[in-house]
Amino acid sequence: MSIMDYIFRQRSKSTANIAKERLQIIVSHERSTRNGPDYLPMLREELIKVIAKYVDIDQDQVKVELERSGNCSILELNITLPDLVTTE
Amino acid sequence: MAKIIVITSGKGGVGKTTTSAAIAAGLAKRGFKTAVVDFDIGLRNLDLIMGCERRVVYDFINVIRGEANLKQALIKDKRIDNLFILPASQTRDKDALTKEGVDQVLQELQTEFDYIICDSPAGIERGAHLAMYFADVAIVVTNPEVSSVRDSDRMLGLLASKSRRAEQGLEPIKEHLLLTRYSLTRVQKGEMLGVDDILEILAIPLLGVIPESQAVLRASNAGVPITLLDELTDAGQAYLDSVARLLGEDIPHRFVKPEKKGFLSRLFKSREETIA
Repeated sequence: MSIMDYIFRQRSKSTANIAKERLQIIVSHERSTRNGPDYLPMLREELIKVIAKYVDIDQDQVKVELERSGNCSILELNITLPDLVTTE
Repeated sequence: MAKIIVITSGKGGVGKTTTSAAIAAGLAKRGFKTAVVDFDIGLRNLDLIMGCERRVVYDFINVIRGEANLKQALIKDKRIDNLFILPASQTRDKDALTKEGVDQVLQELQTEFDYIICDSPAGIERGAHLAMYFADVAIVVTNPEVSSVRDSDRMLGLLASKSRRAEQGLEPIKEHLLLTRYSLTRVQKGEMLGVDDILEILAIPLLGVIPESQAVLRASNAGVPITLLDELTDAGQAYLDSVARLLGEDIPHRFVKPEKKGFLSRLFKSREETIA
């Protein structure tokens, strides 16, 4: 890394950038635990039912989160499948 | 039917009362009959900012309790037609403000006025809740600072779930962001969140950016809403622009972009982006 890169890197980590990054994380976290849309729990339940038709899963291993960034929302689905050998 | 506009923020000290006074006076200046209501029961201050603190006889709670009628409690501004203030009570009784009482007073105001500005107290307690509960429009006042942005986001959540419009399944409250105490110089130095950063996080339309200005203190010292000062100040102008946007006019934002960008800052900016 050249000296110039070092200088520019220092610049890119301005306190305003740090503030923005911290805010994005905390705000999206608070939103997901706060006022998700009313359908989110129902959606989660139905998703579990559908997946359970094919795979034997633990309910706690399904995470459904809705994150808003800019003017779009991202639905994040995180399912941990059990060891496939045991289910087949 | 009057439009009810709440000036809210969650966090204290960001400029809600200054904004309430400035926007109310700005609307009255444009010829709309406007009432500005102080919801900060126990800590009344709108009267001081509006310069009518010595003319308070009856207040909001007196009207709710039927100890005075609305006409007796409303204070007419002496500088400009069409502007009226309903002061908060200094009572320490927090239960004095009731949903039914507020509803009744707002309904009566709505028959007389074009705009009702509700100056919310800080926090998310009863006063703040009732200030926004009946609103059609919300102006969320935010400083370019982490705690204020976070609290504004919290407030947006409440506006979307705990208001009358939300509860009755009506069209949601129209939300606007008003950024106050903005310093372009500090933003350029990377010391302050920029308007784009905050818009990206809060994701609501921008009503205006009010620059950090010494005129705000001068106006409050004198008890004159900043939009009524004789001298035309940067902050005053920014508030008047915001009023125009509130009325649907399309006006470019001032005080958000540097006059001219030098070659060096452009170079640094592009480097920053590639690294990030």
